[in-house]
Amino acid sequence: MVKNSKEIPDIARLRETARLVRLDIVEMLHRANSGHTGGSLSATDILVALFFAQMRHNPQDPCWPLRDRFVLSKGHAAPALYAVLSRLGYFPREELGTLRQFGSSLQGHPDSSCTPGVEVPTGSLGQGLSIANGMAMAARLNGNGVRVYALLGDGEVQEGQIWEAAMSAAHYRLDNLTAILDRNRLQIDGRTGEVMGIEPLARKWEAFGWHTLEVDGHSFPELLDALEDAVQFKGRPTMIIAHTIKGKGVSIFENQVKYHGMAPNKEEYEQALKELQVVR
Amino acid sequence: MSAKESTRVEYGKALLQLGEENSDIVALDADLSGSTQTKHFAKAYPDRFFNMGVAEQDLLGTAAGLALGGKIPFASTFAMFATGRAWEQIRQSIAYAKLNVKIVASHGGVSVGEDGGSHQAVEDLALMRILPNMVVLVPADGPETRAMVRWAAAYQGPVYIRTGRMAFPVIFPESHRFELGRGQILREGEDVTLAGIGLMVHHCLEAADLLAQEGVSARVLNLSCLKPLDWQVVVDSAKRTGALVTAEEHMATGGLGSAVSEVLAEHHPAPLQRVGLRDIFGTSGTAGELLKHYGLMPDDIKKAALKAMGRKSGH
Repeated sequence: MVKNSKEIPDIARLRETARLVRLDIVEMLHRANSGHTGGSLSATDILVALFFAQMRHNPQDPCWPLRDRFVLSKGHAAPALYAVLSRLGYFPREELGTLRQFGSSLQGHPDSSCTPGVEVPTGSLGQGLSIANGMAMAARLNGNGVRVYALLGDGEVQEGQIWEAAMSAAHYRLDNLTAILDRNRLQIDGRTGEVMGIEPLARKWEAFGWHTLEVDGHSFPELLDALEDAVQFKGRPTMIIAHTIKGKGVSIFENQVKYHGMAPNKEEYEQALKELQVVR
Repeated sequence: MSAKESTRVEYGKALLQLGEENSDIVALDADLSGSTQTKHFAKAYPDRFFNMGVAEQDLLGTAAGLALGGKIPFASTFAMFATGRAWEQIRQSIAYAKLNVKIVASHGGVSVGEDGGSHQAVEDLALMRILPNMVVLVPADGPETRAMVRWAAAYQGPVYIRTGRMAFPVIFPESHRFELGRGQILREGEDVTLAGIGLMVHHCLEAADLLAQEGVSARVLNLSCLKPLDWQVVVDSAKRTGALVTAEEHMATGGLGSAVSEVLAEHHPAPLQRVGLRDIFGTSGTAGELLKHYGLMPDDIKKAALKAMGRKSGH
């Protein structure tokens, strides 16, 4: 199975996939009894849009040279990526139950040496965009049409390296690169605006030379339009600021700072199941 | 033996040659391509050269991405900025990821000279040696630099090579080949072993001459492959000569002195004196003044050798 943007995406199907991925995430985290709930749920729709509709890749051949590349720069959202990869068949679904356990192929933060479909280890924030830039440079040198995607957190852009990479991607006109910023407005210690202000984000990325778009990060039509716009746009890298809700999909987690790095307990898990099992 | 070469200059030449032979080789720099000598590659292969500006973290991260895209990136800047400023990028994005990135950093040690302590890397080897998956190399002269760079291009995995600013004497013939994990016995001796890296290998050879004048026979080792270290030649030297000296343009902790200490402590305890910087930063001055000030001259190695010999059991 090879996905690419030429297929007409079935929005209802993507929504259903996202619901199932959120169920996986909640279950994995509850079972692991640790991990990052809020940022996994906020990034779910973005990851589903990328892996189920946008990117060219082949779960039967994770090392296919012509696959588009994805870097989860906000590595703590690993559960969302693992759920997506397992639903696509990169590895058996049973492995989801081993998240964060000793000897598991699913490390607390992504590790490419363990998990099929993971391109590079991440987790120490701020490093993924530079890596994506290098991948985009290599793809251009190889002339193989490979596109590179990177998902950043909003707290993550407080790292200085992100702005070094923002500068160099524009300098080298990496138009085969799309970065998506999961703008969920919360980080471990509180609201991003209170911990360390990052606005005006769109103007910053524009000023750094990026083609900058803003979308509702939970709207598949908006996400897919922006991802396609980025493919068509030439001469500059594209930043898609995806406005999201941290903990999206489970009312008790939504917009709650404490679920940044906290897994659901038994009651929270049961509540989450109740909400996510309702097919909307 | 009178010819002098600078290891950074020889790196620049070797990289240029490799660029011609293999189109997958790419080079990156952080606004120091003149100093690190990547400028020759940059001029010949502008499409495969990426100047990242004054941004070392991005430099190493981008190199990681290029390696993931099937390229063989050589990333260069000053040793202090590569290993200090971007240490965690090297840890996370290169060593942890086991990526095929070659970090060739110039201006190692105090022989950098006038720029002063801010620019003299005397901790880089400790910072690289501690990282799993990382190979750490310090060439002893021009031919060894050329051999190492060529070897690194063919090896699959992260490599750190430290080059120096100043020119110093050539030791090896042009045909010299580099072997991973192997040290070389440059001179045989019975009474003490002098083990060096980089410029200090040459100083060890001179120290052996000074010792010979006093009737002391010194074995001289080139331990340019700092990691993985040739522990067998270290143990063999301890058994044969009973006392050792390490010499490096680096802190006496964390680099060669520590590496040899670790081998001796676990395999064959023997008196060891470490020639290196003792918990102190560099300063401005000429290379000659600084090597003298920090006790890194052949005479200092000689004194350390006599001290180590004096500590042999039975003395």
